Amino acid sequence: MTAVARVYRWEVVKLLAQKRTYLGLGAAMIVPVIFVVVLQIQSGGPNDVPLGRYIRDSGIVTPLVVLLFMSIWGFPLITALVAGDIVASETHNGTLKTILTRSRERGQVFAGKALAAFTYTLAVVVSMGIVGVVAGSIAWGFHSFTSLSGTPVSAGRGLALMFASLGVYVLPLAGIAAFGLLLSTITRNSAASVVGTLMFALFMQLIGVLPGTESIRPYLLGTQFDAWHGFLRTPADWTPVVRAIWLSAIYIFVPLFGAYLVFLRRDVAGE
Amino acid sequence: MNDAEPVVARGLVKRYGDIVAVAGVDLTVGPGDIFGYLGPNGAGKTTSLRMMLGLIRPTHGSVRLFGRDPMVEGARALQSVAGFVEGPRFYPYLSGRRNLRLLADYDEPSSRSRIEAVLETVELRDRAKDKVGGYSHGMRQRLGIAASLLRQPRLLLLDEPATGLDPAGMRDMRDLVRRLAGDGITILLSSHLLYEVEELCNRVAIIRKGSIIYEGTLGELLATATTGYRLRSRDPERARTVCLNHAGIENVALDGDQVHFSADEDAVASLSIALGQARVPITQLVAEAASLEELFLGMTGGDSGDHDREAVAS
Repeated sequence: MTAVARVYRWEVVKLLAQKRTYLGLGAAMIVPVIFVVVLQIQSGGPNDVPLGRYIRDSGIVTPLVVLLFMSIWGFPLITALVAGDIVASETHNGTLKTILTRSRERGQVFAGKALAAFTYTLAVVVSMGIVGVVAGSIAWGFHSFTSLSGTPVSAGRGLALMFASLGVYVLPLAGIAAFGLLLSTITRNSAASVVGTLMFALFMQLIGVLPGTESIRPYLLGTQFDAWHGFLRTPADWTPVVRAIWLSAIYIFVPLFGAYLVFLRRDVAGE
Repeated sequence: MNDAEPVVARGLVKRYGDIVAVAGVDLTVGPGDIFGYLGPNGAGKTTSLRMMLGLIRPTHGSVRLFGRDPMVEGARALQSVAGFVEGPRFYPYLSGRRNLRLLADYDEPSSRSRIEAVLETVELRDRAKDKVGGYSHGMRQRLGIAASLLRQPRLLLLDEPATGLDPAGMRDMRDLVRRLAGDGITILLSSHLLYEVEELCNRVAIIRKGSIIYEGTLGELLATATTGYRLRSRDPERARTVCLNHAGIENVALDGDQVHFSADEDAVASLSIALGQARVPITQLVAEAASLEELFLGMTGGDSGDHDREAVAS
């Protein structure tokens, strides 16, 4: 096992040993269940969002509709809870100096932490997806459904498209995680990092709805949360997906590289 | 195996804006030393140790551990080096053993095989499965030593390891340090507990307001503090008269059955002959040395600590 893999493994162990991890993961898993229960009780539905009117067609649609609702602050907050904390809490608790006086280089420690934060981001989205499909299928069955272009999508293909959608959705969320990691490294304060990351995510969404921002809207991080719609058109529209990939890469690597440089050079003193 | 000195610090300076936490530290710790790094709170001890461990970047100057600079070589410079600053810190939600497993994985692969042995050394094996969050201060200090020993260090940097321990805990910690030194580990120990340093260390450096004001052996330091001699006699009056009339004997003062005076060694030697020839019965003639505490207070001006500096430095 490489040095980074060892650090990564322990970062995951540390995450699994902390309550806040389960708080975020639990929230991501409970939201689709609540969503399904509420729609079972009420007769109406989220008809004004894409796929909303087909929510009762198939359980596969449930996580896709939940994605839309959790883009604003749900997933950004859950991501920020871990990414904003992962360096700052160690600075605050003094454990950063414990691990930085061993045999691992700072870059290796940082890489392990970044990978763990991204893993958590992926885990919460995939967990929501699985719970959403299961809860939705229990309520409405595992059937074919209607795509955004109005064409039918078989259950098997729909499930594959749902996971592909989650994969594309995770990319801008990883951009938020990278920003959280940057704040966590710079501020050394968990609360400031978590709140700051959430503010950043909301700001990105806010710019997108302001009048006069139409020309830059396709390049905003918030817009990339809708890129997966391309998969649910017939034929598939790859333009937003490809744009989400390269734009998210920029939104990920710029703050990540900044955080890396700060982490390599920063003084590690008690707080 | 690198034969360079365990620690060589030259011109170490650390500034935080206008505040100078360390103003220029030069010190050398030789192989096998138990080196006491003494100073009042806030004098710059912890900041110096942080620079030695590569945790903070010096504004000027350099540190070499066995010839390697942590700022240049990173973790490689800490090979054969272990220790902690401002008390060891662990993950409170993991057990003691799990914390050590984690740290062993941050070391070389062979560290893992030593976990049970180091737990035994610090007498924590019975509590190793408990979460560190429930450990007492003394247990955490011992776990800190255990974590250091996992690395099989040739140099241990310990920042006030006995601070906050009860008397029995302090004694155990001193015994442990002595045992480790007996195993050939060089130890740099910061402290403001003078009896601890006096009991353990062969060499000391005293830091005051960020600068080293003494570095050398403890014996030499105590020798500089020889303030005079004390003569006890069955006939103190005659003894005083002989002292007053003897060349090189100064500041003679009678105190009960004792005569105090200052002199150099040659004058004392000839005085002892003169006292014999005068048939003055002597029961004691001893050099009066100031205690390390008196010396320390004299050298540091009785600083009780510059907490503003400590706050910034930490």
